[in-house]
Formats: sequence, structure tokens, C-alpha cells
Amino acid sequence: MAEAWTLFALMAVTTAVIRASGPVVLGGRELPRRATAVVALLAPALLAALVMTETFRGEGTGLIVDERALGVAGAGAVMLARGSIVVALAVAMALTAGSRALL
Amino acid sequence: MSAETEQRARERRRASLRAGAKAGIPFAVAAGLVAVSYGVLAEPILGATVTLVMSVFVFAGSAQFGSVAVLGAGGGVPAALAASVLLNARYIPMGIAIAPSVRGRWWKRAAYGEAMIDGSWAMADRGDGRFDPDFMVGATLPSYPAWIGGTAIGVFAGDVILDPADIGLDALFPAFFLALLFGGELRGGRTPVIVALAGGAIALALTPVAPAGVPVIAASAAALIGLRGTGGGGEPDIEGDPVG
Repeated sequence: MAEAWTLFALMAVTTAVIRASGPVVLGGRELPRRATAVVALLAPALLAALVMTETFRGEGTGLIVDERALGVAGAGAVMLARGSIVVALAVAMALTAGSRALL
Repeated sequence: MSAETEQRARERRRASLRAGAKAGIPFAVAAGLVAVSYGVLAEPILGATVTLVMSVFVFAGSAQFGSVAVLGAGGGVPAALAASVLLNARYIPMGIAIAPSVRGRWWKRAAYGEAMIDGSWAMADRGDGRFDPDFMVGATLPSYPAWIGGTAIGVFAGDVILDPADIGLDALFPAFFLALLFGGELRGGRTPVIVALAGGAIALALTPVAPAGVPVIAASAAALIGLRGTGGGGEPDIEGDPVG
């Protein structure tokens, strides 16, 4: 249990420092134009990466293709058809759970 | 700034906060459900109290799950901490991205930084490098009690709850990030689409071989494509926006 508390304390501090570092160190200042152009593209890069890692990651290192991929594809289809985020999420869960139950 | 301008600025910020809170509700529902599975997973490994305070004071899903996975697999505190830091590393470019939009004394800027979670950050993106930090804070607000409450349910009622996989809970976060991507982040011509494809490819290529957290932070390199060409996003494009 002491280990758990040690880990907690270290994680709380490091997470807080990492989150604050950008705004505290660089806050309120305009970035050079080229840096701004890059920053504007961070969201597409990171979101796409998060989709990939969350859909396909296995335990620790490793890639697993499973029913999640079907659910995520379904959510994508809903968004492309201009559905709402809530419907997309519901479809994702239903497709994943449904295909898992059937296979 | 005159008193009137200041008053208007405050009202605008409050309006952003409210709009963000409303927009953040679907994400909060998802976060609450995922938090239940965190509570179930972490309680046998960390104990009920640490599991709960993790959600209260760390409030970072991937770091919380990742560190528990390392401990559960027999790793020690240093390995679990390393996983947590790697999984949180993406907050560094994210924080750099919002920095120009965040004003005020250093502790206020730090507070804005603490409100950063993936969904809120992405929803606060206004394009061309601008972010609405008050919107971001608002969007995070509903997720905080949802995350803590969900964790508590998982910790105390875990054995009554179904296996999260049985209800497709593991598809929730990737579906949410895809919804954010298709819902607004691909506006502005071909460049964001190319960057998204490149980022996704980098992450996918690294997932089988790199420790958790590395694929995502490495994928941020795809944004460097923005260094080519003049204005980056927001340029008129005759091909048009494929999604909007």
C-alpha cells in the first residue's frame, strides 16, 4: 500500500507539472508564424493518433484488431453522415458489444 | 482597458465557459462510464483509497490506466511512473499549442493548463493556432465529477457491474476522438487531412513496438507538415473541405 501512495504522489506532481508547463512557460506570447502553422495542425495529428492507439492497442506493447475497430468505423460513418456525437458513440458501443456477443 | 471593455471581456469569457460546459456533457458521460471500468480495474491493485484519489488529483485517464496495467503486470513504481509520464507527454505540445491564447499571471496560466484534457482541448481549437481557454475549462467541468463518481461506482460496486467489454465500453474513447476529428478538425483544405492520415499512420506503425504513450507523442511530428507552404490551415482550397 505504501507503494501505491508513493506512485500516487509522484503521478499527481508530474501530471500537474506537465499540464502546466506549456501555458506557464510560453503563456500569453505570440509564437512565430511557422510555429503557429504547426500548432494549428496538432489537433488532427493527435486525434488521429489517439483513434489509432485506442482502437488497436493490446496489453502493454502490441496491436490487437478486435470488435473495437468495427465500433469505431460505425461512429465514423455516423459522423460522415452528419449525425450527432451522441448517436455516434451509441452506435460504436452497440456495434462493438453486438459483434462481440455474436462471434 | 476601460472598465466597460473589461466587463465585456469578462462576459465573453463567462459565455465561453458556459458554452464549453454544455459541449462537454457527452464527453463527460463517456468519461463517467470509462471511470467505472477504471475503478473496477484499479481497486484490487491500488486499494480503494488510492484508486479514488488518483481520479481526484491525477485526473488523467490514459496515465491512470497505463500505470495500473504496469503494476498489474508485475512492474514496480518506477516503471508505472515512466508509463504515466509517457502517456501524459502529449500534454506538452498541447500546452504549447494553447499557450499564446492563455493570459494572466503564472498561476492563472497553470490553472488553465490543469483543465486540459484531450476532448476539451480539441473542442477549444478555433483554428489558425487560436484556442478558447475558457471554453476548454468549461468543457472539462462536467468531466471532473463524472470521472470521480464513475471511479467510486467502480470501486464500491465493481462486482455488481458487467464486464466493460460486454457493453462495448472500450470503443467509447476512440469513437469519441474520431467524432471530434470528423466533426471539425479536418476543416481548412487538404493539409489537416494529410496531417491526420500521417499522424494516424505513425501511431499505428509504432503501436506494436513502442511503449504506451510513445505512438501518440511521436505522431505529433506529423504537424510539422505545416512548415511547408505559407499559411498552414485556413487557406482557401479549390478541392474544398471533404467533410464540411
